[in-house]
Amino acid sequence: MANMAQAIRMALHYGEKNLGLKDVFGEDVGPPLGGVFTATQGVECAWNAPLDERGIIGAAMGLAFAGDRCVAEIQFSDYIYNTIDLLKLAGNQCWASNGDWNLPMTVMTPTGSGIRGSIYHSHSFEATATHIPGWKIVMPSNPLDAYGLMLACLKDENPTLYLKPKALMRIRGTEQIPGEPPLTAEGEKQLKEMIDAPLGDRSKWRPKWPELTDYTVEIGKGKIVHEGEHVTVVTYGRMVPIAVQAAEQMAEEGVTAEVIDMRTLWPYDWEMISGSIRKTRRVIFLNEETEVTNFGEHLIRRTVDELFYELEARPKLVAGTFTPGVGLADPLEMACVPQLNHVLDAIREVAAERA
Amino acid sequence: MKSVSPISKKAHKSAPTPAPAKMQQKAAKAIVKNAAPKKVQQKVVKKAAKPAAKSSATSSAVKAKTTKPTASTSTSKAVHQQPQTSSQKNGMKDVSASVSKKFRLEPKLLIKTHDLMIKSRVLEERLIRMYKQSQGYFWLGGPGEEAFQAPLGLLIHKGKGPQFDFMHFHYRAGAPMLAMGMDPIDAMRQMANVATDPFSGGRNFVSHYSRREWNVVPVTSTIETQYLTAIGSGIAQKRAGGKGITIVTGGDAGTAEGDFASCLIWASRPGNELPMLIIVTNNQFGISTPAATQHGEKNVADRGKAFGIRTATINGNDVEESTFALREAMEYVRKERKPFLLEARVSRLYGHSSATGANFIGNEEDPIVTFENQLEASGVMSRKDMDALREKYTAEMLEQSKQVRNEPMPDASTIYDHTYAGQKGKYW
Repeated sequence: MANMAQAIRMALHYGEKNLGLKDVFGEDVGPPLGGVFTATQGVECAWNAPLDERGIIGAAMGLAFAGDRCVAEIQFSDYIYNTIDLLKLAGNQCWASNGDWNLPMTVMTPTGSGIRGSIYHSHSFEATATHIPGWKIVMPSNPLDAYGLMLACLKDENPTLYLKPKALMRIRGTEQIPGEPPLTAEGEKQLKEMIDAPLGDRSKWRPKWPELTDYTVEIGKGKIVHEGEHVTVVTYGRMVPIAVQAAEQMAEEGVTAEVIDMRTLWPYDWEMISGSIRKTRRVIFLNEETEVTNFGEHLIRRTVDELFYELEARPKLVAGTFTPGVGLADPLEMACVPQLNHVLDAIREVAAERA
Repeated sequence: MKSVSPISKKAHKSAPTPAPAKMQQKAAKAIVKNAAPKKVQQKVVKKAAKPAAKSSATSSAVKAKTTKPTASTSTSKAVHQQPQTSSQKNGMKDVSASVSKKFRLEPKLLIKTHDLMIKSRVLEERLIRMYKQSQGYFWLGGPGEEAFQAPLGLLIHKGKGPQFDFMHFHYRAGAPMLAMGMDPIDAMRQMANVATDPFSGGRNFVSHYSRREWNVVPVTSTIETQYLTAIGSGIAQKRAGGKGITIVTGGDAGTAEGDFASCLIWASRPGNELPMLIIVTNNQFGISTPAATQHGEKNVADRGKAFGIRTATINGNDVEESTFALREAMEYVRKERKPFLLEARVSRLYGHSSATGANFIGNEEDPIVTFENQLEASGVMSRKDMDALREKYTAEMLEQSKQVRNEPMPDASTIYDHTYAGQKGKYW
């Protein structure tokens, strides 16, 4: 019953043993901390970099040029913004060289709100990230997908961006990662003793990794996490469990919502999304990014372009407020970012709209 | 006259056609502006010798140059210090001066270096002419840097993978590319943005070289980001061992970006020093802005000293000084697996790019003129041979530029190709 941080850790360990992963680096990524969310704890090839986001992305690009596979971490996605031109460069090197070069590299960064992170530890990044061609972008919503998507990134020949929904880093999975102890309280304890660093002096500590095996979530493939007939809810990351909770509640009101976990934002699973919309004829795009030039707006545009005459209601976007930050106080954060009640209201509204 | 190269009478044939009147006015203004910084340049170059001589980290070759002036150093200074003739005052340098020089390099290498310098200059002038004849949209390149860039190119350990040198060039690296084996027509193809452009398939500006087989990563227009990507190949090469090093080049203006400081920090992490030859070719300008008005440091290379990085500031307009300094720096980086910061003071003979007219700037030292005068006076090469060489390249490249005119443009249907590795057509 690994949590998401443990799942990422195990994926990186599998990567360094089996997929040629040579460097995991970033601010506080190496010992003794192993990342501010402990997602790199115990990974042998993890090391601390200078506090320099541009240096981190540049170094990752150079390693990829040299053929060494790496995972570079930006400690919070709020701090990735000063690397935008480098992300653009990483995304265009294959295209700019007419296919001569490619950059097999992964950048991972915690994103979104939910930990009361205030203005500079709560922002999302996918609206900007999906605006940069040449990257593949994934965001897991559970530990098993976190493991499988990381392995997919480590196998890909292109720059991959691995967005970690920070509010979900401690949630526990309901599906077993191949090789992890049983999904029981005892298994959870056992895994903790194996791969969680102790408090205090860690200089002599070494993890005891479970016998992990390959499990890859194909990039570009979404997952229907709740089936329904009346409304489609397309979402990802932190909003997935909220959407599922809303769908379960709405079922009691006689409205069934089909919830799609996109898992990959680029390239996304349009076949799954469009198939579901054709079935329900009503759709909500849900995420916690700011609402203006939101990635969901692109999905609405495509929905209108390709499915307009099949819709029975206006497609709707439920997203974060277009404010300069996410407010710290409880009422402010909850007003900035979609909550369960917002999703319930949206489903009721779209389901009730007359065709 | 200002738009005419002074290398030789025959060189006039290949010089760019006169720019429109408005452009000439702009160029004239630029020359007036450049006059004052030129004095600054002379002053700084002379001063640069002192700290280099005192530094214990400075290479023996560089020390020899700076503490005990040789014929090479005194010659290059002599060129700087020659009283101006009437033609110089009018924006042209006097090419009649003969300066004898006792070379330390073998004649064979001197001739090879000269060949490369001429080839590079003829190529740049051909590219400028192509631009001015609307055979391309934009020009920028490295005329004026040949005395440094050619020796650099000849010292590169070429190949693919971490055991060979990794190049993170900026956009004035024509000479090193030619030294590595680039056919000049390929640069012309990129200028003309035709489908046969091997570096970008017609997608990028001229001088934005890229060749995976030679470890040349794509040149970018972002000025300083190469100082960041160089870190990564440096890490890979440190791990790989062997003799392969990372070579990164950039200009002086861009060192104001934080990326340059990042490079110094990452290259010198205690216990994790990287095998990087960090080069700054200092032409004293950022487009139109004189460095002296923006930079308080006497030498850019001095910034490396704070990080314990070995440094040197040299006269990059002198072939021998450049060659010895590069040899020393490369030997240190290859063997010690630690960084070296080398600043080369160079000329910029056609301005920043076509954005500033791409006209010949007559009041800066032309390193080819300096070198040819030395070669001729010292009996290493005759004027006849040098002119014949230039004529040969001029004729060859003229024919190549004609060939490029007949090559196809990229097909619009290919626009999505290679957005991702191995991908053809629209991906999504």
